[in-house]
Amino acid sequence: MKKGYNELKMTVDAKSVNESFCRAAVGAFIAQLDPTVEELSDIKTAVSEAVTNCIVHAYAEQDGKIYIQVRITDGVYTEIKIRDTGCGISDIAKARQPLFTTLGGDRSGLGFTVMESFCDVLRVRSKPGQGTTVVIEKRIFGKR
Amino acid sequence: MGVRMIPQGTNLYAFLEGEIDHHSAVFLRTSIDEALVQSCPRELVLDFSGVTFMDSSGIGLIMGRYRAASAQDCRVRVMNVKERDLRLMKMSGLEKIVEFGVCV
Repeated sequence: MKKGYNELKMTVDAKSVNESFCRAAVGAFIAQLDPTVEELSDIKTAVSEAVTNCIVHAYAEQDGKIYIQVRITDGVYTEIKIRDTGCGISDIAKARQPLFTTLGGDRSGLGFTVMESFCDVLRVRSKPGQGTTVVIEKRIFGKR
Repeated sequence: MGVRMIPQGTNLYAFLEGEIDHHSAVFLRTSIDEALVQSCPRELVLDFSGVTFMDSSGIGLIMGRYRAASAQDCRVRVMNVKERDLRLMKMSGLEKIVEFGVCV
């Protein structure tokens, strides 16, 4: 067994009622690293943004699955992968621009901006018609 | 998640409670907009002191209420936002359109 390594995998339906469950579950898993309140809340916010994107954009409020994988390495690094098999993003650079949104209404267009500023690294891979994978990395310094 | 709507004089207070995300924002939006139309206030005050979590949906909620309020000549004030959520709100340039306050 690798020391300092731990992994969580879960699949949830792309329903808005699951947004709070997803961020709470990832937060509960990360809690073993003894994160500060701020670090925990940064991660929960980033997860909430990514999961909301799957529901609102990838599946456009239709049925679908969200695949979440969390990896802890060396006892301090977290890597959170959030994947969907929805519509995909044709122009990732544009989608990542602050305030850009394809939806209007009450969407702020800040999802990716928030993920970027609350985490160390944000990677987005996507193919139109096939889906999107968002990878968030954050080192947890914790209360030590 | 919930919101208590309290009209007082020419103000309409919205005391938000719990977590604001895309899911809960739907209910909040409806509750606030209904009260806004009913009481036609001069100022809509969104009080965040009971908010325990918010993502960018909270910003969308404020932006949308700003649009709804402006349409009926009403200002928007945002009160008692936690330090961290304020950082999030400032990413959006919200402070240019709504007034921020600490305590009523």
